[in-house]
Amino acid sequence: MSAAHDHHHGPAKGISRWLFTTNHKDIGSMYLWFSFAMFLLGGTFALVIRAELFQPGLQFVEPNFFNQMTTMHGLIMVFGAVMPAFVGLANWMIPLMIGAPDMALPRMNNWSFWILPFAFAMMVSTLFMEGGGPNFGWTFYAPLSTTYGPPSTTFFIFAVHILGASSIMGAINVIATILNMRAPGMTLMKMPLFVWTWLITAYLLIAVMPVLAGVVTMMLFDIHFGTAFFDAAGGGDPVLFQHLFWFFGHPEVYIMILPAFGIISAIIPTFARKRLFGYDSMVYATASIAFLSFIVWAHHMFTVGMPLAGQLFFMYATMLIAVPTGVKVFNWVATMFRGSMTFETPMLFAIAFVVLFTIGGFTGVMLAITPVDFQYHDTYFVVAHFHYVLVPGAVFSIMAATYYWLPKWTGYMYDETLGKLHFWLSFIGVNILFFPQHFLGLAGMPRRIPDYALQFADFNWISSVGGFLFGFSQLILLFVIIKCVRGGKKATAQVWEGAQGLEWTVPSPAPYHTFETPPDPTLIKAQ
Amino acid sequence: MASESSHETYYVPEQSKFPFFASIGLFLTVYGLGGVLNDITAGVSVTGSTWTALIGFTILSFILFQWFATTIRENHAGLNSAQLKRSYVWGMSWFIFSEVMFFAAFFGALFYVRTLSVPWLGGEGEKGSAGEFLWPEFQAAWPLLVNPDPSIYQNPNDGLNVKSWSPAFFAGYLPFWNTVILITSSVTLHFAHVALKAENRKRLIQWMFVTVGLGVIFLGLQALEYVEAYGHYGITLDSGIYGSTFFLLTGFHGFHVTLGTFILLVMLIRCIKGHFRPNDHFGFEAAAWYWHFVDVVWVGLFIFVYCI
Repeated sequence: MSAAHDHHHGPAKGISRWLFTTNHKDIGSMYLWFSFAMFLLGGTFALVIRAELFQPGLQFVEPNFFNQMTTMHGLIMVFGAVMPAFVGLANWMIPLMIGAPDMALPRMNNWSFWILPFAFAMMVSTLFMEGGGPNFGWTFYAPLSTTYGPPSTTFFIFAVHILGASSIMGAINVIATILNMRAPGMTLMKMPLFVWTWLITAYLLIAVMPVLAGVVTMMLFDIHFGTAFFDAAGGGDPVLFQHLFWFFGHPEVYIMILPAFGIISAIIPTFARKRLFGYDSMVYATASIAFLSFIVWAHHMFTVGMPLAGQLFFMYATMLIAVPTGVKVFNWVATMFRGSMTFETPMLFAIAFVVLFTIGGFTGVMLAITPVDFQYHDTYFVVAHFHYVLVPGAVFSIMAATYYWLPKWTGYMYDETLGKLHFWLSFIGVNILFFPQHFLGLAGMPRRIPDYALQFADFNWISSVGGFLFGFSQLILLFVIIKCVRGGKKATAQVWEGAQGLEWTVPSPAPYHTFETPPDPTLIKAQ
Repeated sequence: MASESSHETYYVPEQSKFPFFASIGLFLTVYGLGGVLNDITAGVSVTGSTWTALIGFTILSFILFQWFATTIRENHAGLNSAQLKRSYVWGMSWFIFSEVMFFAAFFGALFYVRTLSVPWLGGEGEKGSAGEFLWPEFQAAWPLLVNPDPSIYQNPNDGLNVKSWSPAFFAGYLPFWNTVILITSSVTLHFAHVALKAENRKRLIQWMFVTVGLGVIFLGLQALEYVEAYGHYGITLDSGIYGSTFFLLTGFHGFHVTLGTFILLVMLIRCIKGHFRPNDHFGFEAAAWYWHFVDVVWVGLFIFVYCI
């Protein structure tokens, strides 16, 4: 049978390789490049925001355009940059890590990808439409997005629909791959943690993306067909929107961090030259976080006037998340403890992740305290919190993963000096950018405003300087990747001395088709 | 999972044009649809949007048809290992789970509105003060026949028949008969599956025919009910939250029944063509799972929308 369908050939030539591919590595690369492009676009929008906020008063943009920038920045970073980057990494690495020939459903895999450029073309094109693009924030609360939204909201809704379809298909593919395609001997509890975290992430995606589809559908009907879901005049409730949105939204933020946990759990043991401390507890902690993510959503809306019982429940449930997250941080630190550590670029990003993500986690616990949240709500403190978990959290983990696996993808070592330069500029830049925002928020500066009171001026200009430093530093990453793709020092199959796992048993660059016959079971070791 | 069959080669298809062109079709469909909706709302003349949507939908349908045809051909050619078939099983199972969550959003909205926000608007509980300030006259009730602000959301007519739990009531209650029809169709579909496994083609086709017929009857009755709701009771999409939840829940269900009936019709044609083997008929099983799922959703609707 295999003779009739010989797959031992290389990729097709020209553009058709990318348009019509079914290869998990090609699709992974497209996801990663798409994500990087969106990262730069969303970053540009962020720099518009930081430029406007450099000093009080209105300098560069109209308030309405400013709102469109905050909205588009959020949407593009969440759905266009972070999520596709993790899906790209899943595509590249999961089949290599579990010894599978490809993803389970290769054609659907390519469909998941190709929907995205169209979805985002439609989303970004709203900026040029009559009445401007969506200007209600990435959380698109009703009635701001229904009664008062611009006409382009319709296209925003359909963009969310199709990118949601893309996410669901991608997640189904990941689950089918992990559950069905593991090589003989690769039992569940021998899977690398990146595979485990993605299995759980995919489950979250399938559980909540349909709820997002449902809530935007209700918006669509409220806007065009006169339904009253989010309008109290017809017996509905704008707060219903927030409940539905955050039922999606809270698992969504874990969708953006669980794969990061998996990446960090791969990198730290490699450069500490020790096995991961507490593998089993890492798996259970991940599952616990996923479970808790479904019962904490209303901590985003303490100030809407929930009944007291609701506030207490969501406060305590939210604080519980700190327990499994603490387990993880403890395990990473314990893995490094008395390890033979070296500090290559992936390790630097991973350590920065552990430290800075933990800061973001701590501010999360602060925000979970209901009475305190009444003061912090919708201030820059919240902005600082979620940017700490998303930028030096999720984004740093993606960069760590890029440096870590780039030699496996390209066959060449990246430029370590430039990598370290990129790390230090990013590390310094991100802290100058976001740390002062804690103080701004505690002092009362609201988020999503183009102008502010004079007493916030100092921390804002500091933050803006950090923003531009961080933003332009990312061009180094682009340069390092292009340089590495074009050549450099040859990478060995093992690449990193302390690296464990099946992906390091195949040559660098990984051949176009890998594990067409399952790997030798003796290569599969306990984590 | 690793198993004895893992030595078989997992079929990884060659390059395929389907995904890329399906994406174009999907994009044109929603882009056109967005234009159509905006044109209607803004009252502007249609600027090619209808054509964009139609062309997009044609492309999408054509590609999906070819795509399914290709997978069927591949299976008939013996390319699909037992492991690959399991991928399809997982894929369909998780797809149905995603559908469950889609309906959960609408059921969640219904529960929230009925048990929390409408009573609050009526002045109940610690959140009742909102109702007091906004619409002090408003009385909470379900079905909600008098909206908080009838000048924006026109009230349904009075006289929505009051439910009672007597057999006589159910005997004349259309949704009850629709429930009977849909549950029966799940049973007849199961009989068809049994006949398929027993290699009884004639029985299989008969039961499939009955199942598709029941699906069509259900849809006809549902349409009748909508006509009643609009014409007689004044329950419409824009008659307040009762109509909103009613039409979106039953409407999306009806849309799924339509799709399910179409899928079963395709399966009927494939049964007539003799596509299925007693031990190899996942297309049929997937269609059956989908149909049973749609049936279960209806039972939920019948209980929470029609009865309670």
